Parts: sequence; structure tokens; C-alpha cells
Amino acid sequence: MANVFAFAETRGGELRKVGLETVTAARRIADAMGGGEVHAMLVGAPGVEKHSAALAAHGADVVIVVADAALSDYSPEVVAATAAARISAGGYRAGVFSASAQGLDLAPRVAAKLGVGLASDAIAVDVAGDSITVRHPMNTNKLFATITIAGTPALLSLRPGAVLPVANAKAGTVEAVAPAMDPAQARVKVVEMREGASGKLDLAEAPVIVAGGRGLKAAENFKLVEDLADAFGNAAVGATRAVTDDGWRPHSEQIGQTGRTVSPNLYVAVGISGAIQHLAGMRSSKTIVAINKDKDAPIFKVADYGIVGDAFEIVPALTAAVREARREG
Amino acid sequence: MKIAVCIKRVPDMEQRFKIAGSGTAVDETGLKYAMSDFDEWAVEAALQLNEKHGGGELVVISLGPDAVQETMRKALAMGADRGIQLKTDAIPFDGLAVAHALAAELKDGGYDLILLGKLAVDNASGVTGPMVAELLGLPCVSAVSRLDVEGGRGRAERALEGAVEVVEFPLPAVVTVDQGLVIQARYPALKGIMAAKKKPLEVKPAQLGEATVSVTKMELPPERAPGRILGEGAATVPELVRLLREEAKVL
Ligand SMILES: Cc1cc2nc3c(=O)[nH]c(=O)nc-3n(C[C@H](O)[C@H](O)[C@H](O)COP(=O)(O)OP(=O)(O)OC[C@H]3O[C@@H](n4cnc5c(N)ncnc54)[C@H](O)[C@@H]3O)c2cc1C
Ligand SMILES: Nc1ncnc2c1ncn2[C@@H]1O[C@H](COP(=O)(O)O)[C@@H](O)[C@H]1O
Repeated sequence: MANVFAFAETRGGELRKVGLETVTAARRIADAMGGGEVHAMLVGAPGVEKHSAALAAHGADVVIVVADAALSDYSPEVVAATAAARISAGGYRAGVFSASAQGLDLAPRVAAKLGVGLASDAIAVDVAGDSITVRHPMNTNKLFATITIAGTPALLSLRPGAVLPVANAKAGTVEAVAPAMDPAQARVKVVEMREGASGKLDLAEAPVIVAGGRGLKAAENFKLVEDLADAFGNAAVGATRAVTDDGWRPHSEQIGQTGRTVSPNLYVAVGISGAIQHLAGMRSSKTIVAINKDKDAPIFKVADYGIVGDAFEIVPALTAAVREARREG
Repeated sequence: MKIAVCIKRVPDMEQRFKIAGSGTAVDETGLKYAMSDFDEWAVEAALQLNEKHGGGELVVISLGPDAVQETMRKALAMGADRGIQLKTDAIPFDGLAVAHALAAELKDGGYDLILLGKLAVDNASGVTGPMVAELLGLPCVSAVSRLDVEGGRGRAERALEGAVEVVEFPLPAVVTVDQGLVIQARYPALKGIMAAKKKPLEVKPAQLGEATVSVTKMELPPERAPGRILGEGAATVPELVRLLREEAKVL
């Protein structure tokens, strides 16, 4: 029997989907190790405890609530100190974080405070006997490593979308805990949050990505890409570095070696040549569609379905056809 | 300002990789190496900061075998003032072990700012920066795409999923560099390359921490089926939609 800690990420008082993913993964680890308890930590301004039920529904036996008016924004120092204190006192076998922007900041701080191993950006977690291993893509997806975490507690961060939330109702007993550090003492402070287009899916979480390249000729032509994404209904927009460097799209949408690494069910590349640095970020997508007027473009080497031709003619036709197909169900 | 940048020598990602006989590492025979992209941007960002504030010192630190001296020479040619090699035969996979060695060197360096990459493009772990900060007890801002420093304080932006967070912090601090902070790293000019040969490069043993994670198996990804062109022009769209629905099952 082994208890497992999970960090349930919130932002702006809302529980993020990745929070349910970490709880689901922690539940699996605990069950594979003989059915210990899962303790999920929620941090935020008072009111954040309202998410306890959702965590219980996904397998949390205990919900550790750290509510403080000064914690409405992520405070790295306070959260790391509080998570580390709890993990060290709680005798956990493992601790699961998300490899989200917040989790990638938090997990290494906690690991360093505790002096324990952290396997970062896991796309799968395996328990065999008493050993915990993860799978992790390296060298721009050209290598896959199996990583063994020595010692206890074993910490890992889980790539968003790698484990989907699964319902598994547990008691979810709420335990209120004070921050391990006075939030007023924090040196790094969030002074502003600029929300992007709200309601839009993030690249890491979208099952479909429609990405555009320089072949679209101008920023305003990304309307074509947005419309196609809209037609799918579950799609996010991505871009190449050529496009983000030119300021046509924000850097946060860049996919590739120096941008985001994604592996959606469907990746549609529009007017993208398929440079090696771009392929690095998307070649592990399940299905790849390429639309490019140059039949020799390298993107066609990885495309399951390629169409040679003018994006300005093909994309609107595809958008209409996808809308039609989804209407038919 | 006195700035330190930690730079890692990594394989050039455009190569085809093979697995070593051990089955737990990449076969290094014949591989070409380069500075990790994010670290190159960190060097550029540090140079720009010191140029803007009219002076300062830039020290680059790299942990690894003697070959990392070549990587440091590139940073020196770009404009860094001196280099420190933390010598070890092989770079361990474990970020915490590396962070211990970097922190031991940085501890008494008197740096105002310590820059690392958001992640090393080979390991793709992205853990070392925040770990170094914790070990040194310094404030840390990770994955920064905008940075301003003025009067002993920093202001930085970091991209979250669908949002941007703006933070303020006091120096000295550890910052990890994301894309967007600089557009492009400068190419060393011939003059810089010549000057770099004479810049000081100190070699010290790396005080690595104990490894807490290790690679127990390394594999190549499954081969993708070769690409398939369905046809030309908008007339191919109905066939594409059929395949997306019936074969790929994504519609
Ligand atoms: C260190 C380093 C890191 C990098 N990191 C990244 C990264 O993370 N991500 C990334 O994307 N790139 C990265 N790059 C850049 C990369 O090498 C390419 O330059 C970039 O991906 C090209 O973008 P693109 O495909 O949009 O443009 P291009 O290569 O210019 O391709 C445009 C394509 O559009 C097609 N086209 C033109 N008109 C039409 C039309 N009307 N209809 C249909 N197709 C059309 C053309 O045939 C062409 O294939 C990096 C480069 C370096 C050196
Ligand atoms: N061997 C090394 N020598 C110097 N700096 C390193 C080394 N390994 C990692 N770093 C720094 O830590 C950052 C993040 O690495 P990682 O946590 O391995 O993804 C890199 O971008 C470098 O700035």
C-alpha cells in the first residue's frame, strides 16, 4: 500500500483539466501499488474548496485545501514550500504534477527542496512491482526514453492530455492546511494576468490542430485557418516559426523544436514546407494532413493525406466539407 | 550587471540518431554538436542587457567533457567575457545532479542575474533552472519571453496556456529563457572569433549530486508510414473527408 500525492492545478479560481489528469494518474499509481490513498492539493483564494467534489469524483480520498486571499494568482514560492512540506510530512510513495506551464515551474522546485528524483514531461507512467517508470520523448521526438525514478517519493510531471480524466468516486475528505510560508514574504509576484482569447482550446489540449505557415502570405489570411479550426469544433490554431517571427501570430502558437511539442489526433498543415525544426514539434501526431502547392515540399513525406494545390482554394472547400460532415454526424 | 549563463552542448537535432549498444543511450559516433537553442538565446539576452545598461560582465558555465569548451568558445565569440567548464566525462541525464554542480559554482559568484534555457533540446526536461534557484535560495522566474531589468528589480512575462503572466521580482535572481525573448542570436564576427581564443576559460571538477533519475531504456520512435498524396486541387477534398471519417476516424 502506498499513498500518492497529486497537485490539482487551478487558475483564476477555476480547476484546470490537467488537475483532473494528475488525480487520475495518481489514482492509477496508488491502485497498481496495492490501493493506497490519493491526496490531492488545491491552492487558491477562499472558495477554491468548491472543486473538492470534482477531485473526489476522479479518485481523491483526501483533498488538501490551501485557501488564502493572497493566493488568487500562482505564487511559486508559497506553493512550492507548501507542497514540499506536505509531501515530506505525508510519507507519500509518489507525487504527480502536470507538465503545464505552472507544473513545469513548480515540480522542479519541489524536487530540489526535497532532494528527490523528478521525471519531467511523462507521456505514460508504468508501475511494475515497486518500481515507477515513465516514458518521455527526447531529442525533438526522435528518441523515446524510459526513465526510472530512484528513491521515495518519486516525483513526475505528466504531459497535458497524456492521461485523460477518468471518474472513480472516492470520499474526498477535505482537510484545510495553512500555507507553509507567509504569502507576503514571496519575492516573485504576479502583477498582471493577460488572458488570451477565452474559450479557445489550448494547443496541448486540443484533439485537432490546424496550423498555418508562410504559404498563407499575410496575417489576415489566417482567417482561413481559424475558420477551418472552427469547423472542426475541437481544434486549436498553430503556426510555424516563420509566421510567429513575422508577428502574424503570437509566439505561444509556434510549433516545433523551439516552440510547442504537440501530438493531437489530427494535425492539418496549411502552407507549411515541413522544415525539420517544425516536424520536430508535430511528427508524433496521429494523423497528418498537408495542403501545399509544391508537390515536393517535405511536409508530404510525413503526411498521411496530402493535397497538392492552392490553400486559398482548398481550405475554404475543406472547411465547408467538414462543417457538412459534422452536421450529418 | 554581472550575469552568468549556463549553456549545454547538445547533439544537432537535424541528424538521424542511433541507439548505443547499451540500449540506454544514443550512439555518439559521428554526431555533430551545437549549443542548445534556448541557451544561445540566453547568451544573446545577457549580451543585450549589458549593452543596454552600458557594461557588466558575462560568464558562461558549461558542465561536461572537454568538448564543451568548443561550445563555450562560441559564446565567447558572441561576446561573453569568460568561461568555466565544470568537468565530467559524461553529462548525467538527471537535472538535479547537474543543478547541484551548477549551484555549487554559482553560489559565491556574486551574480546579479543567472540565466538558463527553459529546456535543453536533447533531454527536454526543463527542470534545471528552477532547481538551481531552489538550491541557491534565489527568486526564480521560468520560461520568460520578455525581460526588463531596472534598479535591482526585474519584470518578466511568461506565456501560460492561453494567457500571459507578468511578474516582478528582486535581483539577484534565476531566470529561464523561452522563445520570443530574443528574435535571433547574433553570429560571431571574425573579430569576435579571434578575440575568443584569448579569453579566459577555467576548468574545474564538477561537483555532481547523486543521480535520482536515470534512463533505463532508449528507443527510436515507431516509423511513420511513408507520406501519401491523395491528389491535386479542391476536387480532392471529398476523398480527404471520407478518409478522415472512415480511415482516420477523426470526424
Ligand atoms: C534553430 C532553429 C530553430 C527553429 N525552430 C522552429 C520551430 O520551432 N518551429 C518552426 O516552425 N520552425 C522553426 N525553425 C524554422 C524552420 O527552419 C523553417 O524556416 C520554418 O518552419 C518555415 O516555416 P514555413 O513552413 O511557414 O515557411 P516556408 O518554409 O517558407 O514554407 C512555406 C510553404 O508554403 C507553400 N505555399 C506557398 N504558397 C502557397 C499556397 N498559396 N497554397 C499552399 N501552399 C503554399 C510553399 O510551397 C512552402 O512549402 C527553426 C529554425 C532554426 C534554425
Ligand atoms: N550540462 C550542462 N551545462 C550547463 N548548463 C546546463 C547543462 N545541462 C542543463 N543546463 C542548463 O539547464 C537548462 C535546462 O536544462 P534541462 O533541465 O536539462 O532541460 C539548459 O537550457 C541549460 O541552461
